[in-house]
Amino acid sequence: MLSAYVPIAIFIVVATGFALFTLVVSGLLHSEKYNKVKLEPYECGIEPTTDARDRYSIRYYLVAMLFVIFDVETVFMFPWAVIFDKLLLFGLIEMLVFIFILVVGYYYAWQKGALEWA
Amino acid sequence: MSSFNAIVPMSCVTAAAIAAMIAEAFRAPGERMPIGPLGAIGLAGAAISSVLLWKDGASSFGVVVADKFGLFVTFILIIVGVLSLAISEPTIDRERLPRGEYYALMLFALAGMMLMATATDLLIIFLALEVLSLAVYVLTGIRRDHALASEGALKYFLLGAFSSAFFLYGIAFTYGLTGSTRLDRIGSLMAAQAMAPTPMQLLAVGLLLVGFAFKVSAVPFHMWTPDAYEAAPPAITGFMSTGVKAAAFAAFVRVFLAAFEPLRPSWSPILWIVAAATMIVGTVVGVSQSSVKRMLAYSSIAHGGYLLLALLAANDVGKAAVLFYLLTYAVTNIGAFGVISVLENTDQPNDRVRDYAGLWYTHPALAALMTIFLLSLGGFPPMAGFIAKWYVFSAAVKRGYTGLAIIGVLTSVVSVFFYLRIIVMMYMTTTDTPARVPPIPRMAGLALIVSAILVFYLGILPTRVLDWAAASIATIF
Amino acid sequence: MVSLNHYLVLSAILFAIGTAGVFVRRNLITILLSIEIMLNAVNLTFVAFGRALGAADGQIIVFFVMTVAAAEAAVGLAIVIALFRHRESLNPDSWTALKW
Repeated sequence: MLSAYVPIAIFIVVATGFALFTLVVSGLLHSEKYNKVKLEPYECGIEPTTDARDRYSIRYYLVAMLFVIFDVETVFMFPWAVIFDKLLLFGLIEMLVFIFILVVGYYYAWQKGALEWA
Repeated sequence: MSSFNAIVPMSCVTAAAIAAMIAEAFRAPGERMPIGPLGAIGLAGAAISSVLLWKDGASSFGVVVADKFGLFVTFILIIVGVLSLAISEPTIDRERLPRGEYYALMLFALAGMMLMATATDLLIIFLALEVLSLAVYVLTGIRRDHALASEGALKYFLLGAFSSAFFLYGIAFTYGLTGSTRLDRIGSLMAAQAMAPTPMQLLAVGLLLVGFAFKVSAVPFHMWTPDAYEAAPPAITGFMSTGVKAAAFAAFVRVFLAAFEPLRPSWSPILWIVAAATMIVGTVVGVSQSSVKRMLAYSSIAHGGYLLLALLAANDVGKAAVLFYLLTYAVTNIGAFGVISVLENTDQPNDRVRDYAGLWYTHPALAALMTIFLLSLGGFPPMAGFIAKWYVFSAAVKRGYTGLAIIGVLTSVVSVFFYLRIIVMMYMTTTDTPARVPPIPRMAGLALIVSAILVFYLGILPTRVLDWAAASIATIF
Repeated sequence: MVSLNHYLVLSAILFAIGTAGVFVRRNLITILLSIEIMLNAVNLTFVAFGRALGAADGQIIVFFVMTVAAAEAAVGLAIVIALFRHRESLNPDSWTALKW
């Protein structure tokens, strides 16, 4: 019974070992020379303009919430699209009802000014 | 098309909710739209379709079944909905709440409750539970400018979401054990292997029990109840204390008495303790409250305990007792919170027990109505509460739960103390500064009178409704 | 060979981590995240059982759970924002207006 856990044990050892190995090797190999450019947060070149720990506008959360809700509905459209040729008209009508309800919600959010960015 | 029959009642309500949203979106600022009547039309549609379904029943896709049991609870929910709509109107005007949002959320919650009462698949029960819970969380915090409202809503939300995760985990194990989420298949599979319950079966039952206990606010999962009930506008409190309880108990009965009945020896001792603790804690803590809403919140916890007792004692009398109790509790509690709701003023909640001093002399009608509802909650004849409690306790004794029945009787005697406290306050105390009460809107007054009439009707002539309840519960066993 | 039990144990551990997070962490956003972890642990259980039973149901259920989780997150965040406007704090210990 215990032998079933041998792969897990090996996996843990290998995973930990690999992480330690890379850390140690990069610690040994990397150069110790720093300059201003090297210490910037984005090494790719964009210069940070302000501190990142700023307060976000409350709009940000509103839009994020709306995104989460409407985004996740795609999960039902994908399987529907895959077997659409088997569902025929019934499937189409059902999806239209589904989308209608979504559109009502979207229109509501729009009218209530949730999408205005200012 | 006949496979859609069973979901017609809740579809009517959903359509009304969507219509309310559209109306609110198209509304010009300042324009008043009759959104309340729109909800009433949806509920009327649900009522008519439920009546039509009553005789033959229907089944949609094998996961939603409009049997007499589900329809009886649907009727309770329709009554709850209509009364809540009527009582809500003054609150919305006074607090300047978003009318369309309020009604849409209430109707969505009702649709979720109806789905929960008729669902025969654990996944559908979960989805219905979430539909109703999410709407009710938002309704709890709908007075956005009150810090208290947001706090209550948050507590309700956190504990509710936490408990749904447990409930869902229970569903997952049930699915793993039986390969299905349909209650009938789970029931037959559990019966086939019930001789010695495996740890996983016990785990599944336990997790589902935790989930349900949260929703029906059974001790020790009741902590959110007083907070949420105090934070919400009283009209909403009346709505959620009755509607959510009715829907949750309907699903509770279906899941435990239909699907998990074979495992009864494993869960009945736990439920025994939970029921006893719920009755005792609800009553004892309720006595020490000075806020009427919190007091009624603890009273509703205690009533949840009596309902658990009825569920546990599900013999031929007990089964009907659950439904009858849910109905009387719904009518009575909505009435009591309705009185609180019309008493509330913009700048004064009028929620302390001492605010009721001398109400009989300033507003005799309101005082009389409150007396009727409180006496019914306390279980005085000839009010409905008496018959309901009597049925529950006699069913419990017959089934051999004498200990629980004794606890039930004792706690109802104690609970009379705190109901009487308000009544004494209203009739026998005078005060120089009586609570200022806004004028009572006609619709809300009418709803209160209808509730009071129902309380007397169910208390004096319960036979017909009891027969319906007995016929209803017979369809799920 | 990774068996059903491995998945069940993993999801049980995740569920326990989520539960512990709800009790231990003192930041509302983290508590919401912990609840999401619990739901996703359950998702893992569903998928594992579905695979073990050779049925697609488990995965279909996960779709619904994900939608519910998204809706729950949106409502939760909305309530947290409403509360933050009143209190300027995300520490649940600072909300004590309602008790007993």
